Amino acid sequence: MSGIETMGSEATGPRMRVTLTVNGADHDIQLDPRTTLLDALREHLGLTGTKVGCNHGTCGACTVHIDGRRQLSCLMLAAAAAGSAITTIEGLAGADGAPHPMQAAFVAHDALQCGYCTPGQIMSAVACVAEGHAGSDDEIREYMSGNLCRCAAYPNIVAAVREVAGSTMAEAA
Amino acid sequence: MRPFLYSRATSLEQAMSEAAQSHAAIMAGGTTLVDLMRGDLTGAEHVIDIGHLPGLAKVELDGPVLRFGALARMADVAELPFLKQNYPALVESLQLAASQQIRNAATLGGNLLQRTRCVYFRDGVSDCNKRVPGSGCTALDGEDREMALFGASDRCVATYPGDWGTALAAFDTSIEISSAAGTKTVKFADFHVAYGDDPARESILQPGEIVTAILVQATPAGRHSTYVKVRDRQSYAYAVTSAAVALELDGDRVTAARVSLGGVASKPWRAPAAEAALVGQVLNQAVALEAGRAAFADAKALRHNGFKIDLGARTVARAAMVAKGKH
Repeated sequence: MSGIETMGSEATGPRMRVTLTVNGADHDIQLDPRTTLLDALREHLGLTGTKVGCNHGTCGACTVHIDGRRQLSCLMLAAAAAGSAITTIEGLAGADGAPHPMQAAFVAHDALQCGYCTPGQIMSAVACVAEGHAGSDDEIREYMSGNLCRCAAYPNIVAAVREVAGSTMAEAA
Repeated sequence: MRPFLYSRATSLEQAMSEAAQSHAAIMAGGTTLVDLMRGDLTGAEHVIDIGHLPGLAKVELDGPVLRFGALARMADVAELPFLKQNYPALVESLQLAASQQIRNAATLGGNLLQRTRCVYFRDGVSDCNKRVPGSGCTALDGEDREMALFGASDRCVATYPGDWGTALAAFDTSIEISSAAGTKTVKFADFHVAYGDDPARESILQPGEIVTAILVQATPAGRHSTYVKVRDRQSYAYAVTSAAVALELDGDRVTAARVSLGGVASKPWRAPAAEAALVGQVLNQAVALEAGRAAFADAKALRHNGFKIDLGARTVARAAMVAKGKH
């Protein structure tokens, strides 16, 4: 069992020790098995870039990458993420600290208003392009539909994703 | 959430043995179970994570049978070229379900076992025979727009929410179930239990049993198949109505048809009357709509969901015409 150790029950209920690999670094943490990956990232590791929205699987604000795939950290137990490579918004920037092209595109296209959904939008958008699901505006809208934006910055989000998808396609050509 | 123990299964045998204990819950992708536990809608005290077990995620053509490993992820299966070409209804049912984040985690087996989205079940406080047997059904006097036209009763009127299950009902499908006693297969039509019959019970799955594969009989009707889903918004929503149609055609004439309905029933719902209305006919818009009307001839509407009878008939009609146009 990779990086998981169940510990004796205490008055507060069962505890366990897990190793989470986040943005390339291993973290040993002790937690209640009920802890979601979202709560572990924010409350145990201080990585508050990943946002709590609905905490229910309907808004996408908590989107992270698990072994390169976008998933919802609010619907995943932290223990289930042990052994996987977890990437959060804090891990997107290059080694030199330069913003990821998708982050730069969101700034350039003003693809946000209040910004609360933005980390989830960007994590989802990076995966959307990598999956090859950003071939048209309609396809971007469909494959970004799991990320809600209360401020309705959708046209600018689509434009940002389209720009990054276009430059990725140009590189591949 | 109630406290629970988490363990990660290292073999199917271990998982089956642990799952036979009381208050155990099997978790695969976790997208539905974590949400249910957060709402205190399971009695789970021990979560057994089978999501990392090897060998259960393969999708393969095994002679005349399409075999879907229960741990195959929805997003991966939706991308399989062979399936896109030969069974568009199955692929479309996956593409139109949930969001890509959820499809990346959720498994084919777990998808079948998702529980109803009925608000009175999910809210944790309303009277609900599904949650607290014998307490009553708040939906009967409440907002019943989302509720079922088929397979309901005065004990429960909730709808089965799945798209994948609805599409599977349009094929000769069976479910492979494994337990310490061995492996068995049951017909898909017998796998789910209509909520109206026994609200607290949603499938025939017993403690210690795990869905290990979904088996679909290969058929030429797969090529002429589609899944049409009508939603309150364009994407990322449950079906208001949906229909899967699979056809065998001789020119424009239908020689065999399978029709199933989603969003309107308490389990994946086959519509034999619609199938009978299609077979032998030269398929055109009028025939398709007649088949749709036939599908809903026995529908029992509540106060606010009667619109689904017309909408559902038109959904079937559109699916029939789209299926005809597939190559």
